Amino acid sequence: MKIELTSPIPGKIMKVIVSVGEVVNEDDEVMKIESMKMENPIYAPAAGTITAIGVKENDEVEVDDLLLVIEEGG
Amino acid sequence: MLEAFANGFSGLLAGFMHLQISNVVMIIVGCVLLYLGIKKDFEPLLLVPIGFGCILVNIPLANLMEPHGFLRTIYDAGIMTELFPLLIFVGIGAMTDFSPVLENPVTFLLGAAGQCGIFLTLGLALALGFTELDAVAIGVIGACDGPTAIYVTAKYAPHLLGAVSVAAYSYMSLVPVIQPPIMRALTTEKERMVVMRATRKSVSKTTRILFPLVITILGGLIAPMGLPLLGTIMLGNLMRECGAVERLTKASANEIANVVTLLLGISIGATMDGKIFLQKQTLIVLALGFVAICLDTACGVLLGKVLYITSKGKINPLIGAAGISAFPMSARVVMKEGQKYNKKNYLLMHAMGANAAGQIGSVIAAAVMLSVLKGMGII
Repeated sequence: MKIELTSPIPGKIMKVIVSVGEVVNEDDEVMKIESMKMENPIYAPAAGTITAIGVKENDEVEVDDLLLVIEEGG
Repeated sequence: MLEAFANGFSGLLAGFMHLQISNVVMIIVGCVLLYLGIKKDFEPLLLVPIGFGCILVNIPLANLMEPHGFLRTIYDAGIMTELFPLLIFVGIGAMTDFSPVLENPVTFLLGAAGQCGIFLTLGLALALGFTELDAVAIGVIGACDGPTAIYVTAKYAPHLLGAVSVAAYSYMSLVPVIQPPIMRALTTEKERMVVMRATRKSVSKTTRILFPLVITILGGLIAPMGLPLLGTIMLGNLMRECGAVERLTKASANEIANVVTLLLGISIGATMDGKIFLQKQTLIVLALGFVAICLDTACGVLLGKVLYITSKGKINPLIGAAGISAFPMSARVVMKEGQKYNKKNYLLMHAMGANAAGQIGSVIAAAVMLSVLKGMGII
């Protein structure tokens, strides 16, 4: 099942830690978003394979913007 | 000839001869402040000039705080006139985005609860025998807001200025240490786990422009004694939100704020003369300031719990801790605490709302306090 991870906060993408095809566990750190001058870790919502990444470093994101897609169980 | 040499040499020793034990202690205190600022990253922009000012004023015979001494000139020009804290306020207004408050107006309540410590500590200081004006200055440390504390203290209890500002700034930087244990003690694990999504509501430009205007006019009419504080922060905010005077906004938030921070820091440091600072009173002020900030946090979290219950579990009580105006430190503390119990919980924007409300709250609390005292005929 595909799970979409959307941005929980507005801010700027500081770092994309994972890449497409990578296998992650639930609660692995996948990105860092800078918001209000604070570095906020973003964690994987489920275990699986990253199938798409919707943002790149230095992108500005709003709440609910798509960050990445995980194919669960992959 | 030899005698002339000896006399000349004694001139170089005079400073050492006049060095009192209190000066030595204060020079060490100044070095500790520098250490905290430089190595520990505790509000370095303030602690570095404060620490250095403290060292300068404790070197005998230089007379930097006597009439015509350069520190005295800066102090008289900016602190005694209250100009420096007010100029800083224009900068804070220009830097602060109040839209998280407008998006979630319930945070206004938290920003008010976060000021309870001011009034509780005021009472405590009175009970300990401080005069009314001294008690006001001590209570205002609980605003957790440097410029407000300096403004009020410079005006009504200038002899406490060094102690109050050191307390205000050092506790502000200790917010990440002071707050979490209180937050944990007052909430249950279930409450701390409550997830609050950030909303995508946006506040219209008109609202953001009207907000500083309405607050200034209404707040000013209710508490005219606090209008300098409220008016300057809201002027900065109006300039920021209207977008028409970008150069002024940038100058206020950067150049002016930086220059004034330097002058403010060094003249606060200059009030820390050993003879005045090393008194039992200073220790009591530091202790009461600590109590004030703990009480603020507790009141904020307790109101957060009330909101948790009234909202049927939709509001995480942790955000109440951000109701103090240590901006944006306490919002970050809340975000981190929340994520500790639930990795997918991002309380940041809600905490920012409470925090920005606390920023206004502390100014309004000080304004109300001054107007009430004026009404009672105390000032």
